[in-house]
Amino acid sequence: MIPGVSLLEILTVSTLMFFIGVYGFVTRRNLITILMSLELVLNGAAINFVAFNKYLYPGQPAGQFFTLFLIAVAAAEVALAIAIVINLYRRIKSVEVENVNTLKH
Amino acid sequence: MEKIVFYILAFAMLSFSLMSVLSQRLLRSAVYLFGMLASIAGFYFLIGYHFLGAVQLTVYAGGIVVLIIFSILLTHEIDYKMERPSWLRAGAAGIVCLGGAAMMLHLLSTSPFTRVEAPERSDLNTLGELLLTPGDGGYLLPFELISILLLAAMIGAIVIAKHHLAGNENQENKTL
Repeated sequence: MIPGVSLLEILTVSTLMFFIGVYGFVTRRNLITILMSLELVLNGAAINFVAFNKYLYPGQPAGQFFTLFLIAVAAAEVALAIAIVINLYRRIKSVEVENVNTLKH
Repeated sequence: MEKIVFYILAFAMLSFSLMSVLSQRLLRSAVYLFGMLASIAGFYFLIGYHFLGAVQLTVYAGGIVVLIIFSILLTHEIDYKMERPSWLRAGAAGIVCLGGAAMMLHLLSTSPFTRVEAPERSDLNTLGELLLTPGDGGYLLPFELISILLLAAMIGAIVIAKHHLAGNENQENKTL
């Protein structure tokens, strides 16, 4: 535990970060910035896992493993999404959400 | 001392994520994202999970941000400026997010969390052993699944990003 810091303070930070990510996800119109907002959401969840592991269940490192796997899944997801974005840019010269209205090439 | 460091890190996390979401310049937004991920790694170090902090720094701050910056540079001009979202959209999203955050914080502050006392096991030896233990508290199966997922994602990314299929290479070269 961090001396002097309660669980609720960490959870407050992660909740605010999660909803900042949701705000960006809704308001942004560019595929890359939507992807970046998604990273915020994932990191808010990862902080929650770590905080619960450290404060409530110090005997089992399950939260650390979930965070580890979450980071790996996020890496795979970003690699795929960026491949799609670059291919999309090659085809229609734009990565704005409005211009992406078909999945066929 | 730790308390002050935590507050500095929390302030950095929240302000970097806000700037990353609100900035109109795409490249700056990615740099703010890097700051946010680095301060989260600092938080992991502070809480005592050094392995997780190192993974966060190398995979997230080192790998994913570089990938995002590359894709920005490949698809936009370097000083590309996005237009602001309309006031209606920003206001509606802000109200929904503030309401959601208020509800979550209320639920969190009223829920009773009980700590299960146990000797702490978070050193690197324990993590490594558990990662290769099949069954009974081990994480061998998800570990192998993640490795297959990463392989599949890598192959998928190569196939998607490849422009020409093998058959019509010459034809597409002419049209470009």
